[in-house]
Amino acid sequence: MSRFLVCPPDHFGIQYEINPWMRLSNTVDKHASQVQWRTLARVLEEDAGAKLERLTPVAGLPDLVFTANAGVMHDGTAVISRFRHPERRGEEEHFARWFKEHGYRVIRLDKDCYFEGAGDLLGFSDIWFGGYRQRSDIKAHRVLSEVYGKEILPLELVASRFYHLDTCFCPLSNGELLYYPAAFDSYAQTAIADRVDAQRRIVVPHTEASRFACNAVCVGRHVVLPSGCPETTAMLKDRGYTPHPIALDQFLKSGGSAKCLTLALD
Amino acid sequence: MATETVTLEGHIIDSLILAKVLDTILQRSGTFTINEMHVGATREDASSATIAVHADSPQRLAAILHAIQPHGTILEHAADCTVEPAPKDGVLPDAFYATSHLRTQIRLNHQWLDVDAIEMDLAIRVTVEPPAARTVPMADVKAGDLIVTGRTGVRVFPLERPQERDAFAFMAADVSSERPHHAMITDVARRMWLIRDNRRKACTPGEAGYDPDLGTKVLFVGGPAIIHAGGREALSWLIESGFIHVLFCGNALAAHDMEASLFGTSLGYGLRAGCPMPHGHEHHLRTINRVRDAGTLKHAVESGLIRDGVVASCVRNNVGMVLAGSIRDDGPLPDVITDTREAQTAMRAALPGVGLALLVATTLHAIATGNCLPAKVPTVCVDINPAVPTKLSDRGSFQSIGLVMDAASFLRQLAQALGWKG
Repeated sequence: MSRFLVCPPDHFGIQYEINPWMRLSNTVDKHASQVQWRTLARVLEEDAGAKLERLTPVAGLPDLVFTANAGVMHDGTAVISRFRHPERRGEEEHFARWFKEHGYRVIRLDKDCYFEGAGDLLGFSDIWFGGYRQRSDIKAHRVLSEVYGKEILPLELVASRFYHLDTCFCPLSNGELLYYPAAFDSYAQTAIADRVDAQRRIVVPHTEASRFACNAVCVGRHVVLPSGCPETTAMLKDRGYTPHPIALDQFLKSGGSAKCLTLALD
Repeated sequence: MATETVTLEGHIIDSLILAKVLDTILQRSGTFTINEMHVGATREDASSATIAVHADSPQRLAAILHAIQPHGTILEHAADCTVEPAPKDGVLPDAFYATSHLRTQIRLNHQWLDVDAIEMDLAIRVTVEPPAARTVPMADVKAGDLIVTGRTGVRVFPLERPQERDAFAFMAADVSSERPHHAMITDVARRMWLIRDNRRKACTPGEAGYDPDLGTKVLFVGGPAIIHAGGREALSWLIESGFIHVLFCGNALAAHDMEASLFGTSLGYGLRAGCPMPHGHEHHLRTINRVRDAGTLKHAVESGLIRDGVVASCVRNNVGMVLAGSIRDDGPLPDVITDTREAQTAMRAALPGVGLALLVATTLHAIATGNCLPAKVPTVCVDINPAVPTKLSDRGSFQSIGLVMDAASFLRQLAQALGWKG
């Protein structure tokens, strides 16, 4: 059974601006965010059959809700994120403690080696891809490759609205890839095309990429994604997936959606 | 040219990160040399590359390094060199850095500086304001001079293969008497043509096409066997025709050359008859005596005492001569420098601009010159004794040719290749 780490949005809100989506004036509707989050949790648990582990929310850490940025884990070893922006560094200790308490071997990166977890490291069983330049440093991927003995191809992110790899790149369970090419530089686009053949690449249109269609969670054949992305939903259906569009617009105000709100555990 | 070396590690090939870094260097008007490349054996294994990045100014280099750094390049050699003051005149700090004859840079105040007048077996003296580095012989160092010590912050550039596809580009450092001499002499002649042409361009205002890397001078270093063996006319013609611009020799070459002018003999042997002349063994002494009376070689020629030959050609064509004495010299002739340190200094002063060195039939002067030359200067060493070209070729230059052959035959063939009808 797939397991995910999530964190209820009790303290979620916009308290600073660290990406182009965030505006302090764009107030989060607390009630709506609670409803949207609970819908996401219900769909994952009941429709997709996943198990959710809940992290205790912490006052003053509004983005702790985006557990995708906790770190990455594989084979019982967790590498904890080192956030580029000081506003989020307070989250690091809470994520590290959770992993320790749950029996993971925990590795911390050097303080000047920025890496923002599964937000910038995604992949298939045989190859991983690492986003860099906006939030994570390319050197972090070198370290992670050594820790896990995995090939990690670094991909340069060039559009500020797509600041994490998981905002524009979503590997699916059948070896297919949902992605938005314009978020990458030409070298990264070529590297992706070289490793994922054209039949397996699902290109998301610009308008839906801007609604974070790629920030989706794939559990088996279920794909949970933000609502308002009809073309993406149709393409997923055509490929035999069961899409679950959910309203998550309160979280998009902070530059996050379904994928950012979850961290796949193994 | 400013250079920094960077390393790049990780999955840099399939991700096209290496290609991106190299493209970025070129797009920003830099160039690069991949010094080392290791490709991972499996997809999981990381690869690595060591890349020397070159740019025409430190500012442009800094901009390139700034542009490639986010893609994972790490600067090598981040430390400045260490310096210590010389403890007394003529004595270097114990840990002084000993130079090679290859292009060398030191890092001072976060900037790489070329070491001027590079030459093997010297130390490097540094001035901080303005920042500069220059080689210094042990004997010339003054107490308190700042001398580079250790190896930190020092880098040596391997010699690049020359772009010219001639004998200098293809000759390995071995020496054989069984080489096809003719083709090599043709290549030497061609280079002498190019340098003479380059020298004309450098001296003619408004003339395009001057190549600073080619050099503007041919240095000829010769021994007295040239005169004995009958190479005098060919060498004189080469000087008269503007193919040779500096001459290093000892007392003997000049003495026997002028003996030939005055008496028609070389060490008493009639150059035409080929047999000893009566009292011929005195001729070189009488020659030296008359030239000493003239006061200088220049005056000996200009007064009409010496009418032809190597020395006369040099004087008439303003070819600089450095005559370095040795312990067995007769006389010596005027202008012979008998203090060896002074002679070394005079030789060094004549080297800037040398683009080709011909070292013919002299062990002592050939090796002394070889020690002073930067590795990038092509050298041709000609001697009937294979030991001399072998010793010279041990300098480790791609651009050294050793020819085991008679000096006169070499000079005649070389002059003929350049148009001599003699």
